[in-house]
Amino acid sequence: MSTPASITDAGIDWPTLGELAHTLTFTAGFNAAVVVASASLLGVAAGIVGAFALLRKRALMGDALAHATLPGIAAAFITAALLGGQGRRLEVLLLGAAVSGVLGVLCVQLIVRHTRLREDAAIGIVLSCFFGLGVVLLSAIQSMSVGDQGGLASFIYGQTAAMLPRDAVLTGVVALLALIAAALLIKEFTLVCFNDEFASVQGWPVARIDVLMMALVVVVTVAGLQAVGLLLIVALLIIPPAAARFWTDRVRTLVILSAILGGLSAYMGATASALLPRLPAGAVIVLTAGVVFAFSMLAAPARGLVAVGVRRVRLSARISRDHALRELVVREKTEASAITPAALASEIGLSPPAGRWLAYRLTRVGLVEREGVGLSLTDRGRTLGRRIDRNHGLWQRYLIDQADVAPSHVDLSADLVEHVLSPEMVERLEAKLTHAGGGAPA
Amino acid sequence: MSDATYAFVSLDLPAALAGVLAALTCALLGNFLVLRRQALMGDAISHAVLPGIVVGFLIAGSRATWPIFLGAAGSALVAVMLIEALRRVARVEAGAAMGVGFSILFALGVLLIEQASARGVDLDAGCVLYGQLEYVNWYPVHDWGRFWTLEHITTGYQTATTTISPDTGLPILIKEGGLPRQLWMLAAVAIAAFTFVGVFYKELRLTTFDPALATALGFRAGLMHAMLMVLVASATVAAFEAVGSILVIAMLIVPAAAARVCTDRYAVQLLASLAFALAAGVLGYIAGAFAPAWVGFEGRALNVAGTMTLVAAVLLTGAIFLAPAHGVLWRGVRRRRLALSVAVEDVLAALYRGDESGDPSRVADLPASALTLKALSVLNARGEIGRAPGGGWRLHEPGRRRAASIVRRHRLWESWLVDEMGLRPDHVHETAERLEHLTSDAGALEPDLPPRALDPHQRPIPPDDDA
Repeated sequence: MSTPASITDAGIDWPTLGELAHTLTFTAGFNAAVVVASASLLGVAAGIVGAFALLRKRALMGDALAHATLPGIAAAFITAALLGGQGRRLEVLLLGAAVSGVLGVLCVQLIVRHTRLREDAAIGIVLSCFFGLGVVLLSAIQSMSVGDQGGLASFIYGQTAAMLPRDAVLTGVVALLALIAAALLIKEFTLVCFNDEFASVQGWPVARIDVLMMALVVVVTVAGLQAVGLLLIVALLIIPPAAARFWTDRVRTLVILSAILGGLSAYMGATASALLPRLPAGAVIVLTAGVVFAFSMLAAPARGLVAVGVRRVRLSARISRDHALRELVVREKTEASAITPAALASEIGLSPPAGRWLAYRLTRVGLVEREGVGLSLTDRGRTLGRRIDRNHGLWQRYLIDQADVAPSHVDLSADLVEHVLSPEMVERLEAKLTHAGGGAPA
Repeated sequence: MSDATYAFVSLDLPAALAGVLAALTCALLGNFLVLRRQALMGDAISHAVLPGIVVGFLIAGSRATWPIFLGAAGSALVAVMLIEALRRVARVEAGAAMGVGFSILFALGVLLIEQASARGVDLDAGCVLYGQLEYVNWYPVHDWGRFWTLEHITTGYQTATTTISPDTGLPILIKEGGLPRQLWMLAAVAIAAFTFVGVFYKELRLTTFDPALATALGFRAGLMHAMLMVLVASATVAAFEAVGSILVIAMLIVPAAAARVCTDRYAVQLLASLAFALAAGVLGYIAGAFAPAWVGFEGRALNVAGTMTLVAAVLLTGAIFLAPAHGVLWRGVRRRRLALSVAVEDVLAALYRGDESGDPSRVADLPASALTLKALSVLNARGEIGRAPGGGWRLHEPGRRRAASIVRRHRLWESWLVDEMGLRPDHVHETAERLEHLTSDAGALEPDLPPRALDPHQRPIPPDDDA
């Protein structure tokens, strides 16, 4: 290519649909199938374990842990090389990674328990100091004349392409074990996440369950080192559960959804990385998870931004409708002339355009009708308006009589609450106030 | 100038200077991150600048300073806003919001680098992590007379000529000129950071320790936070090329944490963190660049950013154990001392009660722990107790006086707890047992009590010797 400055002219050889289908269905040769399958398993395991880590507010502990594996990898390599073995055997390196990762987590807990430093500082300290040690050891390895050290750096950013089939199988098996363990312990984990004090009162060994949970985080992190890299594995632990959180408030559903989202992200990311050149798997998996997260954040019906926004707009529309109807009802008693939309708007604290829009809406649903330039209530509107006025009055009376709010202050509080009164609550208010001798305004 | 001196001035001095400048700047800013419990914001920002760096690099097509700086500052800003938005608007838990924000941006950066490096762009993800201190070189003139002139230090490469070496007969490239641009960049950010902290010293203190009060008083806590984030991002960017982001993260947290362990005072905190950073920079450079040669690895060097981080870690560990007020070691010593003094008082009181009841063996009731033995030997050495003729221990006169005062305190407390607090007599011993050690003068309890000579268990309260 003549102009290498632009990144749009990527010149990617797009795979054919057939190749895509083969990779997606694990039939594109053993290597690709094993890599994609083990990455997906890893995604599912990370989704489950990450969901519990998120609920225990330990999301970033995984980051400290992942960074802390680097010196272990380097030390394992050096030890193996000095003992004359082959340094780059994955089992040896991953064992070293697990040991120093656990040490890192222990350091975080010791710092938090025995010094005045907070958890965020402790995580940052462990993360940077362990990683610094790892960097020093790597530079020492570079100046050692030991062969086959090229693969070590791939643990930092991850490199599925550098994975041998047997390494991929190992990753997959470890991920599967973590998955099974997490699935078996799901009840205990849920209990501890939901209410750890209750769990310990019930006689559950909370501390031991916590250790198990952390151990599973270690296993998943270590398993993901080669595929995703130690800088990005934490994303696989955090993003899927954070995305699933938008969809549900239930722990069980959250865990299952997080597993599905994690598995899906890893599956699609690993596939893309296997088919297209120069797409590092870790980054692609994380970005895929990011897209899933963004979609969940916007579209999820429970806590998604669109749903929350729509609910908020609806509520404010209902509040201004209630205010307008009440204003019209009160006005009917005292004044003969109809009120213009603009005047109505200023009475209930809206801008003139918002007032016109409100008048249009109320006319359309048949609560209000036009009377020249002014507005008057229809029969339905009057009935509804009277009821709203009555609720307002009831609540005002309740605040004055029962909650000892000064009469000059009740209007505002009543304004806020009257819209959320359910019919049963109105009934109970009526009963209570009648009993207490305070009459509600009719 | 000798060759060794020249090598030092052209290679080691600028590299060490870059490391120290980066360490000082980050440590200063890091104080506020640590005190505001946002230590991981530095971590997040330094990961998140990656896509901005790559985009700036691709647009400029070179390692030119400004496009990269602007790109990185832009993506740092995006990261901070993204994390805030996730937390506030989407209500994601704070730690998770940070994790989601920075890892997505970082992944984007890794992807961009991979794409760019395929097109032969000289940028790899490793150099962002480790930095490339070996490129921070200075080729000053050999002439000491012109060496220290301002013009010489500030202007860039002035000459690059080739001559034939008289020794080897090979051509050598001679470059002469000012300090490398990475240093200028770091110096500029350092000046900005120190000016910022100097000018807003009071405001930073108030917004850090009591943001609610600061806002009520009309200070803009949010603005301070934003400026701090911009400076952290600038420091990250200025430092990444020379020392790498790992040193930035370490220096943002570790020196400030070490200072936090050592002191409760704001000014001391700032100064101590700078001292820790300076020590880490200088010692770390020595450990990385020179120490391997000293232990027999001639011509080898370790990653200097890494060794600076390690020295900082060692300093922090030292601070955690040895800090005067909060050090783990001193806390342990104080605890042991307190335990011993409690044990000594318990031994004395037990002997006194033994004499009282005519059964000197009461000392056997004490726990047969190492602490009790130690207490006995301390008391014996002081002459407060001595061996009894039939075995066991007995009180000497100074010991008896002290024992009487301890038992007096105990029984006064028991009386007070029964008379004033209305506790049952059989419930007060444990409490009194604890309070007797902590009260220097129980006489203050007496005016509250009716005059009496016996405690609730009908044992005599020893009189006050001093009175």
